[in-house]
Amino acid sequence: MNIVVCVKYVPDATADRHFESDNTVDRDGTPGLLSELDEYGVEQALQLKEKGGDEETTVTALTIGPESAVEAVKKALQMGADKGVHVVDDAIAGSDAIATSKVLAEAIKKIGDVDVVMCGLASTDAGMSVVPAMLAERLDLPQVTQGSVVESQGKDFRIKRDGDTATEVIGASAPLLLSVTDQSGEARYPSFKGIMAAKKKPLDTWSLSDIGVDAGEVGLASAWTAVESTEARPPRTQGEIVKDEDGSGATALVGFLASKKFI
Amino acid sequence: MSEVLVLVDHVDGAVRKPTYELLAIAKRLGSPAAVFIGAADAADAVVEAVKGYGAEKVYVVDDTEIKGYLVAPKAEVLQQLATQANPDAILITSSAEGKEIAARLAIKLESGLITDAVDVQAGPVTTQSVFAGNYTVQAKVTKGTPIITVKPNAAAPEEGAGAGVKEAFAASISESAKKAKIFASQPRAASGRPELTEAAIVVSGGRGTGGNFEPVENFADSLGAAVGASRAAVDSGWKPHAFQVGQTGKTVSPQLYVAAGISGAIQHRAGMQTSKTIVAINKDEEAPIFELVDFGVVGDLHTVLPAATEEIIKRKG
Ligand SMILES: Cc1cc2nc3c(=O)[nH]c(=O)nc-3n(C[C@H](O)[C@H](O)[C@H](O)COP(=O)(O)OP(=O)(O)OC[C@H]3O[C@@H](n4cnc5c(N)ncnc54)[C@H](O)[C@@H]3O)c2cc1C
Ligand SMILES: Nc1ncnc2c1ncn2[C@@H]1O[C@H](COP(=O)(O)O)[C@@H](O)[C@H]1O
Repeated sequence: MNIVVCVKYVPDATADRHFESDNTVDRDGTPGLLSELDEYGVEQALQLKEKGGDEETTVTALTIGPESAVEAVKKALQMGADKGVHVVDDAIAGSDAIATSKVLAEAIKKIGDVDVVMCGLASTDAGMSVVPAMLAERLDLPQVTQGSVVESQGKDFRIKRDGDTATEVIGASAPLLLSVTDQSGEARYPSFKGIMAAKKKPLDTWSLSDIGVDAGEVGLASAWTAVESTEARPPRTQGEIVKDEDGSGATALVGFLASKKFI
Repeated sequence: MSEVLVLVDHVDGAVRKPTYELLAIAKRLGSPAAVFIGAADAADAVVEAVKGYGAEKVYVVDDTEIKGYLVAPKAEVLQQLATQANPDAILITSSAEGKEIAARLAIKLESGLITDAVDVQAGPVTTQSVFAGNYTVQAKVTKGTPIITVKPNAAAPEEGAGAGVKEAFAASISESAKKAKIFASQPRAASGRPELTEAAIVVSGGRGTGGNFEPVENFADSLGAAVGASRAAVDSGWKPHAFQVGQTGKTVSPQLYVAAGISGAIQHRAGMQTSKTIVAINKDEEAPIFELVDFGVVGDLHTVLPAATEEIIKRKG
C-alpha cells in the first residue's frame, strides 16, 4: 500500500504570531514546527503501515512550503515515515487553500499509485480545515474525514466521526482520502534510532515545474480571495480579581453577574 | 436583485438557528433563497420556517438518493443549482460538514472561499477572527461566486415574512460522489440545555473539576447556560468531545463565558477569547486564564460555584 501523509510546517502557536505588510502570515519571524495536528495524521499512517506488515507499505510525508518547511518532513521521517517530498517554489508564497490543494494534488499524482492520502484535522495557523475536502475533490477520491477512530481491513476503511449533531461511522475503499482528529490517539515521539535513521531516508525537493503546475495558478497574486486589512485585537485588560474567603468569592461573583445583568 | 443562496442547516427537517442568522445576512447582500436538502415530507414545514425569516424562494431538493453519503453529493447539488440560479453569493454554516461542502463547491465552481466569518456586510466583505482571536481580518472573494461559511451568532435572526416561493430542484448525482458511505449514525442525546455554539452564556469545566461536573452544571442551569469543557476534561472521559471548547473543539463567542478549573492554555483560548465577558474561578492565582478575565475568583470551584448557585436561585425567587 502507498500512503501519502500531508504535513504542514506552521508558526508555533505558543509564540507571538503576526502578519507581514502584505497581509500574509509572517513565517520567518516566528519559530516553526510540524503542525501538532498533523502529527496525528503521521501516527495513523504509521499504524496502518505496522498493521499491514511493514514491508508492503510505504509512507511518504509531503509538504508544501518555504525552505524551512522541510523540517516538518524531517520530523515525520524521524517518527517513522519512509520517504519525504518537499515542494518548494518562490511562486507558491501567499497561496490560499485552493492553490495549496492544487499543488498537493499534483504532487500526489506525481508520487503516483497512492492508496491513502492522510491529512490532519486542520492546520494550526490558517485552520480552515478545508484542504482535505479540496484534495478529495481534485483527486476524485472518496472523502472520509475527521476520524477519531480509524479501522481498516485490507482496502476497506471505516472511521468514527463526532459530527455536530451525530456520531457517525463512515467509510470507503482505497484509494481514498482520510483525515484524523487529535482524538485519534497520541502521536509517538521520534526515538534516537528513528532520528539517526531519518538522515538516510530519501527526501525529494520538487519545484512547480517538476509537478507541472503553472506559476500563474498559485501564490498571493492569483489567490481567489483577498485580505483587505488585518488588525490586532486590543489585548483584553484584566478586570477585578478577588480571593475567596469564607464564601466572599461567591457573593462577589453573583454581585458582578447581577451588575452586568446576567441574573 | 440577484439571489443569495442559503444552505438550510437542519436535523431531520428541524431547522437550526444558524440558518435564520444566514438569512438575515443574505438580506444585506441580495434576495435570500434557502436551499433545503432533505426529506420531501419535511419540506412544507421547512418552507414555512424559513419564510418567517425572510426567504423569498426555497429550493427543495429531495435527499432520498443521497442521504446515506457524506458531503460530496451536497456539493454537487449546490453546484448544479448555482449554475442555474447564478447567485451573488452562497452562504453555508461554518460547521465541520458545512465547511467541507463549501470547500468542494469552491473547486467545482472555481470560486473563492472564505470560512469562519464572524460578520458579513454588503460587498460582500467578511470579518474573521484568527490566531486564537488575536487578530481581526477583513477579506473579499475576488473570483467567481463568493462562497462564505459563517459562524453561529454572526448575526441576529430577523423575523419578517418573505415570499417563500417553493421550487423543487432535481440534481443528478454522480456515482463517484457516492463512494464515501455513512454506515451508522447515532444522534447526539439532547441535554435540555442550549446548544454550545448558540448559547448566550457558556459555563465550562476543566481538570480542576476533578471529574465532578455537578457544580458546573448546576451553576450553568441557574443561569440558563450551556455547558462546555476543556480538552483535559474531555480526554479524561468526563465529558464527550462535543462539549470541548477550543482549537480542536467548538469556538464559542457568548455574552458571558465562565471558566471553572481551567488554566487557560492558548488552544483553549482560541475557542473562547472573543466572548464578550469572561469570568474564571481557579485555585491558582497565577493561572493564565486570569489574564483575560473581566472578573476572577481565586478559590475552589467546589465551594464557590455551589454557593453562587444557591445565591442566584434565591435572587431569582
Ligand atoms: C494540538 C492541540 C490542540 C488542543 N486543543 C484544545 C482544545 O480544543 N481545547 C482545550 O481546552 N485544550 C486544547 N488543547 C490542550 C491545552 O493545551 C491544555 O492542555 C488544556 O486546555 C488544559 O485543560 P485544563 O485547563 O482543564 O487543565 P489544566 O491545564 O491542568 O488546568 C486545570 C486548572 O484547574 C485549576 N484547579 C484545580 N483544582 C481546582 C479547584 N478545586 N478549583 C478551582 N480550580 C482548580 C488549576 O489551578 C489549573 O489552573 C490542545 C492541545 C494541543 C497540543
Ligand atoms: N502546505 C501544506 N503542506 C502539506 N499539507 C498541508 C498543507 N496545508 C494543509 N495541509 C494538509 O491539510 C490539512 C488541513 O489544512 P487546512 O485546510 O489548511 O486547515 C492539514 O492538517 C494538512 O494535512
